[in-house]
Amino acid sequence: MKVIVTVKRVIDYNVKVRVKADGSDVDLNNVKMAMNPFCEIAVEEAIRLKESGVATEVIAVSVGPKACQEQLRTALALGADRAIQVESDEQLESLNVAKLLAKVIEQEQPGVVILGKQAIDTDNNQTGQMLSALTGMAQGTFASKIDIQGDKALVTREVDGGLQTIELAMPIIATTDLRLNEPRYASLPNIMKAKRKPLEVKTAEELGVSIKAHTKLLSVGAPAERKAGIKVADVAELVDKLKNEAKVI
Amino acid sequence: MSVYRHPYKEADFVVRHLLAFDDFCRDNTLDDLNSDFCQLILKEAEKFAAHYLVEQNRQGDQQPAQLIAGKVIETPGFSSSYRAFIEQGWPSLSASEQYGGQGLPNLLAVACNEIWQSANLSFSLCPLLGQGAITAIERHGSTALKQRFLQKLVSGEWTGTMNLTEASAGSDLAAIKTRAVPEDDHYKIFGQKIFITWGDHQMSDNIIHLVLARLPDAPPGVKGLSLFVVPKYLVDEQGEPGIENDLRCISLEHKLGIHASPTCVMSYGDENGAIGYIIGENNYGLHYMFSMMNHARQGVGVQGLGVSERAYQAALEYAGNRIQGTDRAGNSLRIIEFGDVRRMLMLLKSATEAMRALCYYAGLETDKKNAVADNTEQSSQCAARIDFLTPIVKGWCTELTQELVSLAMQIHGGAGYIEEAGVAQLVRDARILTIYEGTTGIQALDLVKRKTLLDDGAQAKLMFAEIEQTLAQLRESPGCDVMYHNLNTALADGRAALSWLQANPGESSCVAVYYLQMWGYLTGGWLMAKSQLIASTLLANESPDSDYLQAKLVTTQFYAEHFLVRTSTCLASIKAGGDTMMSLSEQQFFSHVN
Repeated sequence: MKVIVTVKRVIDYNVKVRVKADGSDVDLNNVKMAMNPFCEIAVEEAIRLKESGVATEVIAVSVGPKACQEQLRTALALGADRAIQVESDEQLESLNVAKLLAKVIEQEQPGVVILGKQAIDTDNNQTGQMLSALTGMAQGTFASKIDIQGDKALVTREVDGGLQTIELAMPIIATTDLRLNEPRYASLPNIMKAKRKPLEVKTAEELGVSIKAHTKLLSVGAPAERKAGIKVADVAELVDKLKNEAKVI
Repeated sequence: MSVYRHPYKEADFVVRHLLAFDDFCRDNTLDDLNSDFCQLILKEAEKFAAHYLVEQNRQGDQQPAQLIAGKVIETPGFSSSYRAFIEQGWPSLSASEQYGGQGLPNLLAVACNEIWQSANLSFSLCPLLGQGAITAIERHGSTALKQRFLQKLVSGEWTGTMNLTEASAGSDLAAIKTRAVPEDDHYKIFGQKIFITWGDHQMSDNIIHLVLARLPDAPPGVKGLSLFVVPKYLVDEQGEPGIENDLRCISLEHKLGIHASPTCVMSYGDENGAIGYIIGENNYGLHYMFSMMNHARQGVGVQGLGVSERAYQAALEYAGNRIQGTDRAGNSLRIIEFGDVRRMLMLLKSATEAMRALCYYAGLETDKKNAVADNTEQSSQCAARIDFLTPIVKGWCTELTQELVSLAMQIHGGAGYIEEAGVAQLVRDARILTIYEGTTGIQALDLVKRKTLLDDGAQAKLMFAEIEQTLAQLRESPGCDVMYHNLNTALADGRAALSWLQANPGESSCVAVYYLQMWGYLTGGWLMAKSQLIASTLLANESPDSDYLQAKLVTTQFYAEHFLVRTSTCLASIKAGGDTMMSLSEQQFFSHVN
């Protein structure tokens, strides 16, 4: 059984994000980029499925410009067997990404597809769900446990009230939550092996997907700066301010 | 204390642009290596360091290794970090593939070592000594020794130590008294060694000690020293650690810094003699040790770089957050806005960048030598360059480190003097660097006598000629006039210093340190000048990272204005010669109290 795991190149979580001067977008020019942390969890889970003998091959897929090959190499260094980059220079919406991935799935026929539940740049939390709709594969989102049992899978989901376990018919799509696993570090011998692992580049055209924009980014602004606090004389004043100024109670 | 972040753009600039690593790989058919791959490795090294080593640095300072019931117990947590370190394969980075190593260039080892040493100097010394033991056995050991010891040293399952110093044999190894008595197929070792870094611990299954000792019929002095492999546990027929050897750590030193690195007094042969195996031939021990000397000494220069970078990052964070004073409009100011704090931050930034350029440059020279056949002209040219650079890398970088960590503390003000701020540990840890692996004085003597006067200044003149080429490029480049002028003056100072020393060789030992310092500022300045030229070209070609490149232009110019100019005071002190410093009688030193 093949496992496809998706990887997104995003701004490194250590970097303090800046908005472009014209407010058109976040400034990504020459800032440190890294693999989306939820994707790291997805890669880890895919490798564990292979190590436990459930999966035979792990394929890492990324949609993005050439630079995202760096994150694919990282996935290969962590233990993925091969990688596919779907070349795209534009910032794609989730639906376009899902359509491209659906084509890759059609070609590769994986038993399990694992995605991060969201990427820390745009926080959309859409691609996994859309991909499920497009492929007709069952979905288990926000997974904190994935247990493959032959032709079915048990996925434990992190829902508001606690944990929900669902049974899905294979093949499945899972999206990862934080507690699914703790990602490993790439070992030096595996980084060396990653150099020789195949990395294939495809285009939207080759996949027969036409990219369509459905939304337009109008502006991006930095969060308002926090104002200095004030001292209140007593509890009564505090309650009054919470009620009438902050309007939170 | 701030978190440590690897200066990956700096490392990439030096590797990719200043050293043209991709060209080196292509020319030497290292097909699948390049700067991108180097970045991939460094990023993973940073992740490892951030997770395992950075926090433990503080813990190691506060909970040093302890000697309990004859065993050295390392700082809590170090053992699991070390286990992870070997599981991830980091000790094998530059070791040869024949023994399970990855065979990567020395430059990558240098760049990774910088990360380990920024993160946790004490921890990093343990695998570093293993690298030394690997080199000695691989280069000079018999096939049997290689088979028995190398694989597990390369994997890091076993660690290594270097045993040279004795109570009365420090810089002068001729005074070594440890004895080696032949018996069957091995030797019995008797004697006491001091200052043995990581001489005992519980992190690995075995510890392989390399010990300098004297055979019964050996000639006196340094020509009578042989090198022995003395394992903590004798290796059984399955290649596993077996019976305990007759050696132990009898005491740990209480040190100013690097607390987590146990500095052991080692006693060999208290009962019937510790079993050891000779490396190479009788009486060639010091010769073999010297073959590792360049590597070890450059390694200490890199330690200076690592600690300086960490100190710079700590100072930068503090300066950006600490609020003191107000401007005329009554707005509060962060201390990074004050001129004098800027001065100190720029000194830290520019010196650290120059040190990195020099350390990596010297590191790649080793790869260039390894890439050509031994005993060729190219090989001896490379060797001469490496020999010349080594005392500069070791002496200059580590002396400069003292100034830099002190500045980093100064930026912290009173808080820096308090241990909780964390910068005090860096000041204490850094202090050993000008002392071990040959003091600055020893480095300077090596540079002036063996590396300069012995070849009639030939290598020094080759360096001058290369600097001259860079000057020609600077002259043609707009915006590089300050660098041109100051490098030109510094080069003239260098030439004047060489002529003076050649005319007054008898005074060289008195002024050697000034000569070493002069070479440090000059070679650092030369590499900063090259960096300035590269950054200008990249900017002219509209390379995207203009923020970083413009900062590079400013930083190199600042180096020219504030460090390169120091060659002139070095020259003045050299020319003053040794007369004044040697003219007092010993009695006169006490004339103020007698």
